[in-house]
Amino acid sequence: MKRYLPFIIVVVVASVTLAIGTVLYRAKRPAVLTIPKSALVPGSGAADSMHIRGPASAPLTLEEFGDFQCPPCGKLSDPINQLEREYRPQLRVIFRHFPLPIHAHAREAALASEAAGLQGRFWEMHDLLYREQSVWSEAGDVGPLFNSYAGILGLNVDRFKKDMESEQVEEHVASDQKHGAALGVRNTPTVFLNDRALAPTSLNPTGLRAAIDAAMKTPPHT
Amino acid sequence: MSGSRTRIIFYTVAAAISLAGLADATYLTVMYLSGETAVCGGSASCFQVLGSAYSRIGRIPVAALGALAYFGAFSFATFAAFGYTRVRMFFALIVCAMFATTLWLLYVQAFLLHAFCRYCLFSAAVTFLLAGIAVAVPPSHQTMDS
Repeated sequence: MKRYLPFIIVVVVASVTLAIGTVLYRAKRPAVLTIPKSALVPGSGAADSMHIRGPASAPLTLEEFGDFQCPPCGKLSDPINQLEREYRPQLRVIFRHFPLPIHAHAREAALASEAAGLQGRFWEMHDLLYREQSVWSEAGDVGPLFNSYAGILGLNVDRFKKDMESEQVEEHVASDQKHGAALGVRNTPTVFLNDRALAPTSLNPTGLRAAIDAAMKTPPHT
Repeated sequence: MSGSRTRIIFYTVAAAISLAGLADATYLTVMYLSGETAVCGGSASCFQVLGSAYSRIGRIPVAALGALAYFGAFSFATFAAFGYTRVRMFFALIVCAMFATTLWLLYVQAFLLHAFCRYCLFSAAVTFLLAGIAVAVPPSHQTMDS
């Protein structure tokens, strides 16, 4: 019996590892999130409060729930901008705030982008925040940095500071976050193409392009 | 204490340590396969390391290879503890390969990515312990399979 015991132990460990791995994978595998038709952003006459890049009537909508301090979001920012330019006028990009509590300055960054948006420079601040992510993420106090970014973008800095503390921008960020939570968003970036969330493994330039190409071949939703 | 008994203790400890490494590598593999390393749910340095190009070879996650290596080390250590002498050489070889790979991965984290992932550091610690055991284990004379 002793001679066979190591074989039994090894087989048992292999089986237990595979079983635990499978259970863990099923638990961690992201659910396929979808946006209900009632919550889809309309093709034209979209709400003014929405941050949309590209033509409002584009047949494809790429909707990102992002966090300015999240490194994968920063890595994805440029490729999304590039795709929006390449696929224009077929694609429009919507950005929604989903600052994660684990990121100390994500919320402030979201407020800064909204404050810039009140002066018509949301996307410029969006791009700048992602470009400079590694700088301000490490800062103790991000206020002076964000003010300097506002200056670089030619904003009225006094108004920007005031707007950052306004209820209006707070509400916008909270509203986006609530919307994301209602859709089942838990991590960032979460990217929806039309009404369906893309798998995390597709969140790279190649994966996004393939998803957009595939969506262009399928008939639009009615 | 006889050399044989010491060896049994060494290999039993090695098998137990390998199990810890196996658990760690299995968890990392699941994270990779579920796409968790591609999204922002963990720390920035975790993403930098586990989401980097160094975390996979082709389409195979390095963590999965690590899990296989730990399972191999566990199996060899278990057989060695039960007196199978020939597998001791395989145990030493696999630990040697794991040690070399760990050194490379630590170099990648320190000098190429400038970020450390705590799961990877735990794995490195486990491999160093296994390497210590592989070096310290007394040479054998008795065999079960010879």
